[in-house]
Order: sequence, then C-alpha cells, then structure tokens
Amino acid sequence: MKLYDFELHAECYAARLMLSLLGVTYQTEAVDFYPEAAHLAPEFRAINPLGRLPLLEDGTLRFGTVQGILSYLAAAYDPTGHWAPDTAVLRGEVAGWMAVAGELAATAGQARLIETMFADGDAEAARAGAEALLRVIDQHLWFGEVEGRDWLCSATHPTIADIACFPHVVLSEDGGISRQDYPAIRRWIDRVKRLEGFTVMSGVFPTSSAL
Amino acid sequence: MMAQPCTDTVMLEHWHPVVSLDELRGAGRCRTVLLDRPVEIVRAAGGARVLCDSAPVQTLVQYGYVWASFGTAPAPLFPFPEFDEADRRFVVTGVFGVQVSAGRAIENFLDMGHFPYVHTGILGEEPHTEVKEYDVEISQSRDEILATRCRFYQPKAAVSSDEGADVEYIYRVPHPNCSVLYKSSPVDETRLDAIYIFVQPMGQEKIRAHTGMCIIDDASTDLDIRSFQQTIFGQDKPILENQYPRRLPLDPRAETPIRADKSAIAYRRWLAAKGLGWGVIPAGA
Ligand SMILES: [Fe+2]
Repeated sequence: MKLYDFELHAECYAARLMLSLLGVTYQTEAVDFYPEAAHLAPEFRAINPLGRLPLLEDGTLRFGTVQGILSYLAAAYDPTGHWAPDTAVLRGEVAGWMAVAGELAATAGQARLIETMFADGDAEAARAGAEALLRVIDQHLWFGEVEGRDWLCSATHPTIADIACFPHVVLSEDGGISRQDYPAIRRWIDRVKRLEGFTVMSGVFPTSSAL
Repeated sequence: MMAQPCTDTVMLEHWHPVVSLDELRGAGRCRTVLLDRPVEIVRAAGGARVLCDSAPVQTLVQYGYVWASFGTAPAPLFPFPEFDEADRRFVVTGVFGVQVSAGRAIENFLDMGHFPYVHTGILGEEPHTEVKEYDVEISQSRDEILATRCRFYQPKAAVSSDEGADVEYIYRVPHPNCSVLYKSSPVDETRLDAIYIFVQPMGQEKIRAHTGMCIIDDASTDLDIRSFQQTIFGQDKPILENQYPRRLPLDPRAETPIRADKSAIAYRRWLAAKGLGWGVIPAGA
C-alpha cells in the first residue's frame, strides 16, 4: 500500500493517522505540495485527476480524497467495524461529520494554507467560517461529555469522522484560530492523542502539555 | 488591514528578503508585505524589480533572493561565500508565515536547548539534553555575532545521516533578521553544510521565514532535503507562536536564563546597541 503524501498537509496527516491507528503498514511517496505545487503538475494529475493530496494506492485500487481513503481503510482493514460502523444511526452520523470535516478543510484548513503557505484567499472570511463550525463542535462535544459521549458520533468509540476532523482542528492555530474558547474541543484533542496507535505530525505534539 | 508603516531607522536601512528567485521564476510576480508596507515583486532585467504603491523600491538580487530596502543608503549585504562554492547544492526549502517577531525567530534558530524536546529523534533526543559550553563573540569589524564550538548529540543531523553523531555547529548572525548555521557534513567530514534562515519582517509580530541550504550532498533529492527541513520548521512553528510577548525583549534580565542563554544574550545586546526599537521591547521600555 502506498500513500502519496506531504508531511505538512492536514489531510495527508488524517490518512497517516488512520493507517497508524489501524496498524497498517504502508510506504509513502512524497509529493512536493509546497513550494513546488507538484500535486497540480500533469505527472500527478495522471494519477489523481483531482490534483489533490492525499492519494492512497492499494494494489490496483486508488482513492484520491481523504473521505474515500478513510472510508476504504476502515471498511477493508478494521475487523472490529468500529471505525466505520454500519448501523443506520451511526452511518448517518459519520456521513454528517465527514461533511463537516470537508467544511473545516475549506475554512480552518484554508486559513492555515493562506497564513502559512501563502495560498490565495480571504483569511478573515476563512477564519470566520471556521469559528462558526468550531463553536458548534465545541457545544456538541460539551453536551456529549454530559451525556457520557466522548466522540463526535454516538458510538462508545471514535470513528473515521473524528479522524477526518482532527487535523484541521489541531492545526487551527496555524491559521490564526485560537482554541482558547473551545474547552470541550481541547479535551477531545487530548482523547484522540491518547488513542493507541496515535501518531504525530510536524507541528503536533504527543500531548498538549508539550507547549 | 495594515499597521502604521515601520519608521525604525535600523530596519529601514537594512536589505530585507522578499521572495526567492525560485518562487519568482515560477510565479512571475509576488505580492507580499515588508515592514507593514504592501510590496510587489516582478521579474525584470537584472532579475527583479520591487514596487510599493507602484513606486520603485531599491532592489538587490543576491544569494538566490530578491531583497528590498526603504533606506537612504543601505549597507551592502553580509558576505555568504558558501553560496558561490560551485560544488554545493543550493536548495530553497520554502517560505512559511509565522505569527512572531523576527527576533524571536532568530533566537529560536540559535537555540540548541530545544532540540531534544521539539525535534525529538532528529536534532536531539533525551537524555542528551545538555547544551555544552560554547563560545560567543560579537565581531566589531564584521558587525556580526559568531557562536563557535557548539556541540550537540543528534540522532539524525541531516537528511543524508544514517546514524546518530556528535555534531559541531557554528552560528553566524550577520544581519538582525538573518542567520546562517554551519554544521559538519555527514557526507564530507572536512566540509561544513550551511543552513540559513532569512526572515522577512512583514510586521512587528508577523514574519515570512525563508529557509534553505548550501550543502555538500550529491545523493539526496531536492524533495528529500526540503521535506527534512520542512519537518524541522513545522515543529518549531507552534513553539514560536506560543512565545509571549511576541516581540523580543532586549533587556537581558527580561527572561529566565534558560530561554535567554549565552548567544541569545549576545544577540539581544547587539540589537540593543544598534538602537533597534521595532519588533522588540527596548530595554527600559
Ligand atoms: Fe528548532
């Protein structure tokens, strides 16, 4: 199995984190996302027409979106069925929070790319969008704690939805978004960091007390 | 939203990096911010032209970068002879935006004490946490800071290292916002790899950190070298952004001795002697 990867890319981190949590061994092939924008070059588009990272290759199969990668990995490599549960309720919840992860990418993730790697776009608008989402997530997690729910979905264990959202949330400060006002989110981050098989990326430390 | 433009003479009279030639060649033009002023860099005869509000700004093309100055008579840029050594690889490892002052970024670059904690398994690892005694001098003739005999145990000192080693460092700070470090090359023991950070102060608490290297290494690809350096820089970034105050305090007693070690003390003293008042908290302020 091969992951086309860029270390500082939030969604590549989601894929690496999922692989690590599942204990799946894989190779990586680095793609020079920044500064070279190699993901947009014809050579890479030949593999992923979307011109997007990450891309996962498993045998002859290819998955060129983070949602596809996480869903596939969970279905193919998690015998417990925990990461992508197939009850009606959890399927709906996972799909919903996966959509939110996509919105986080377009807001918090975009703010990070603008501030850190000078991508085009309106950083203020991206931050405002991210803050609106983070407020909702913080509230959802806060009420979850009251009800004895630790994760985004109502399962007793984390799902791919937590993994899809995690990188954009944990890297929010790169985009100028402080997590000061989101205590339930901070506790959720710590819970993710304590999962067996958790792995860091450059800029994410094993426990939040490292700072 | 732009702050009041910087009026500090020390900053205005220096050359500042604004974009790498690598990036400019690819993009054709670049819009950025320098000393609270919007600038635009365009390709031109001789390499590049810098404009601010459509008016030309003094421009210099050197060491793979476009530099700009708003001063009346900026001194020539510091010497960087390794850049011209033909057998070295010059690799631009990228430019990253960081919410911090230039002084804090340079000071972090000089600090070996954080290696085992922040760059664990690469530039340091426990229990090898001790920063051994080293020498620092402020060279009056060259107007730069030189730290020598810096030694540190590094598990993976460079992309080409295959085992841990005691690595020797030399640091130069020849410009308030630029530093070059020299470390033993894993490929050729008689030579030193040069790694630079050229900081572009966008504002007092916001920078673009341009990093790259001039190294002896025929084997690694540009991508390998870049990935290695970006990983290191990505680890430093949250540390830099969590330093308060964001501006560098120049009073040597302002912070605990751990953060303000020997080279940091020399650096702060050197900046204070220049009369720098922007991006810093001046002594006695
Ligand atoms: Fe560092």
